[in-house]
Amino acid sequence: MREHRIPLILLALLLVLPLVVTEPYFQHLMILVLLWVTIGTGWNLLAGYTGQVSFGAAAFFGVGAYTAGLLSHHLGLSAWWGMALGGAVAVLIAFPFGWIAFPLRGAYFALGSLALGEVMRQVATSWESLTEGMVGILIMQTFISKLPYYYIALALAVGSILLVQAVTRSKLGYYFVSIREDQDAAASIGINTTKYKMISLCMHAFLTGTAGALYMNYMGFIDPHVVFSLHDISIMAILVAIVGGVGTLYGPAVGALIMVALQEVFRSAGFGALQALTDAMGGGFMTVVTKYVSQAHVLAFGILVVVVIMNLPNGVVGDWARIKRAFRRG
Amino acid sequence: MAILELHGVCKNFGGLRAVDNVSFAVEEGEIFGLIGPNGSGKTTTFNLISHVFPVTCGKVMFKGQDITGLKTFQICALGVGRTFQVVKPLKRMTVLDNVIASAFLRHGSMKQARAQAEKWLDFCGLTPYAGHLARGLSIASRKRLEITRAMATEPTLLLLDETAAGLNPGELDEAIALILKIRKSGVTIVIVEHIMKVIMSISDRIHCINHGQTIAEGTPQEVARDSKVIEAYLGHGGGH
Amino acid sequence: MEVFFQTLVAGVLKGGLYALIGIGMTLIMGVMGIINLAHGQMMMLAMYLTYVCFHFLGIDPYVTLLVSVPCLFLVGVGVQKYTLNPLLKIESLLPENQVLMTVGVGMVLTEVARFIFTSNYVSVKTSYSDATFFIGGISFSVALTIAFGFACALTAGMFWFLLKTDLGRSIRAVAQDAEAASLMGVNADRIRTITMGMGAGLVAAAGTLLLPIYYLFPDIGGPFTRKAFVITILGGLGSTVGAILGGVTLGLAEAFGATYIGMDYEDMMGLVIFILVLLFLPGGFKRLTKV
Repeated sequence: MREHRIPLILLALLLVLPLVVTEPYFQHLMILVLLWVTIGTGWNLLAGYTGQVSFGAAAFFGVGAYTAGLLSHHLGLSAWWGMALGGAVAVLIAFPFGWIAFPLRGAYFALGSLALGEVMRQVATSWESLTEGMVGILIMQTFISKLPYYYIALALAVGSILLVQAVTRSKLGYYFVSIREDQDAAASIGINTTKYKMISLCMHAFLTGTAGALYMNYMGFIDPHVVFSLHDISIMAILVAIVGGVGTLYGPAVGALIMVALQEVFRSAGFGALQALTDAMGGGFMTVVTKYVSQAHVLAFGILVVVVIMNLPNGVVGDWARIKRAFRRG
Repeated sequence: MAILELHGVCKNFGGLRAVDNVSFAVEEGEIFGLIGPNGSGKTTTFNLISHVFPVTCGKVMFKGQDITGLKTFQICALGVGRTFQVVKPLKRMTVLDNVIASAFLRHGSMKQARAQAEKWLDFCGLTPYAGHLARGLSIASRKRLEITRAMATEPTLLLLDETAAGLNPGELDEAIALILKIRKSGVTIVIVEHIMKVIMSISDRIHCINHGQTIAEGTPQEVARDSKVIEAYLGHGGGH
Repeated sequence: MEVFFQTLVAGVLKGGLYALIGIGMTLIMGVMGIINLAHGQMMMLAMYLTYVCFHFLGIDPYVTLLVSVPCLFLVGVGVQKYTLNPLLKIESLLPENQVLMTVGVGMVLTEVARFIFTSNYVSVKTSYSDATFFIGGISFSVALTIAFGFACALTAGMFWFLLKTDLGRSIRAVAQDAEAASLMGVNADRIRTITMGMGAGLVAAAGTLLLPIYYLFPDIGGPFTRKAFVITILGGLGSTVGAILGGVTLGLAEAFGATYIGMDYEDMMGLVIFILVLLFLPGGFKRLTKV
């Protein structure tokens, strides 16, 4: 039980957290963190464990979200059906894609996944009779309180971590990591590399699609630019995993916390601190600064990509020993 | 009965014919040596057997079954294990995990695979290194890990690609002892080797190729006396 | 029929510029073995340089080639030297960390451009931007034709360089086998750096040549990065001749897509081609031509 102690304590804390912190704004941020834990964990399974870098998380996220939205919009079903089906539909998209891209080695998969996200966005934009195009889909949210969404997101995040943990301790995990380390060697010990890469991709698609469906239910509104965004979904998924630590179980969870916090610092211009400063100083220079800072989150993410890959190649979790040493020295 | 047969196998790379109409049959239980000067097509022949790339023409039979069109992993599942000339350890996994990964081919559960892996580590003498990361091993241990991993797939035919290259004399003797031990356990072995001491001392029969073509086949003594083999290795003697 | 030939001409001329973009990408692909996902963003940077030279200094875009190409060469060198080369020595679980790095570099370039120039569309209107001449009833855009001429000359120069100079041979050697080339005394790090610089320089030329007939905003890099990889995949990863064929094919496909299907689908064409190539011609034109 020792190795489970810290995660269990954390889980207990997370269960009571929204009862203590009742501020809707922070509950909202926590829900976002939990959504990103799920998405980042899924990406980590595919890239961190299986070695297949995907730029296509948005494709699966968006498909999951649209599945939920369209079920409600066209068929009048509850969008919660999307939670059950969103992941499955994402897998349906992932399957033919992997079937085309995986037998080809090298850059094809990464490029293909980037193209997949773009294609899905174009489809969602142009197929107006189905998706309402740029107008987007608006549905009625089921709950006014954020608590139900919080607990569903928590269940999903915990579920995805448990899934990855189970995978890494099984034949599947050994096969994934073997493929990451050397595809020729993997094939030579009898691993059907295409099949297992496919399984990994489908798990990634399922988790991401389910997260997308939850996003639809929670936010009540989606449009192609939000859910198929390259920067805000696909790159964010990558950042969550690499900042936290690829190929580590809890890396994406740590990464999600850091990234959502960072995104929010920029979006709210330091949680309003800069705005307060501006008011105190009477506008002018600080207004300009505030304006730039609130626009700068993509720039910050870009710089973060560069800095993390150079200095923390294994993420906060993977390089924890090094981080600790650096601080002790300093 | 022959366990492995090559019938007129050839391979073109662009306009270059790397393997040209090679045929041989390996009998069950023997150690079959494949020799030839640098670039003569030995490793390419191995890669054709385990289908790292497809043959241009010809046929490969394993236990009477045509395996020419099968994929690498299917050939492995049928019972053909192999090692690589340029070793390919799963670098960021421990030695034990490397072997567990390949033991999973025959044993589905984690517990069984682990027990099997430990058995094969012991068989090949790698137990002291079980917890080490594969990338930190010495060259001799890496070569040994290749063999261990191949053995853990429980092959009936093992293809060894230059397992002795780069070893010092002491390690060489250990490698020879291991190969003989594997044969004794009932596994047929095809071995590509540069070091004549090794190949001559352990092979039952030897097949020699040059420029992708067969030039001789026979017992080590016969091959060693063959004028074409001598010519291929030493070049043309002055009297033409 | 006239519409057909008109479209054909437009497609081929644009294809010449795309070939420049593709050759840069394919050189990087061949030597570094990575896709440069900041390729279009480098082009965007060159376009802004051209815009600044034209607007504030009154320099003609074609003269600006002498500024934008060397500048982007230096940018490419800097990116390779300070962000990509160090990664070769970093031990990391992260697969494809160099490709991810180029994504980061691309994001930084785009956002820096947004800070300086805002998100507004700008363009360079020269006297020849809208000028045309006619051959046999088919109109040729003057700017596009000149650009095509420059593109052909640069491509030919590139070939001469790769085939005839020592540096060019070294680049091809590293592309074939970096390790073997290193053993032969080629400084692979230096070759990588120069190659990235050249790739950036080529795409800069394409950007500068394109600007008089195009428009510009910070996010233009992304679509051009996608075009670049479609061209490269179409041509076969690492094949220079393939990149030219790929560039012209993409130019034609976009032109015909825009004429016969609809303007909105111009960008879609590239992605459709990409999928078709993956399905039916994995390996691209390289498979057919073997060069």
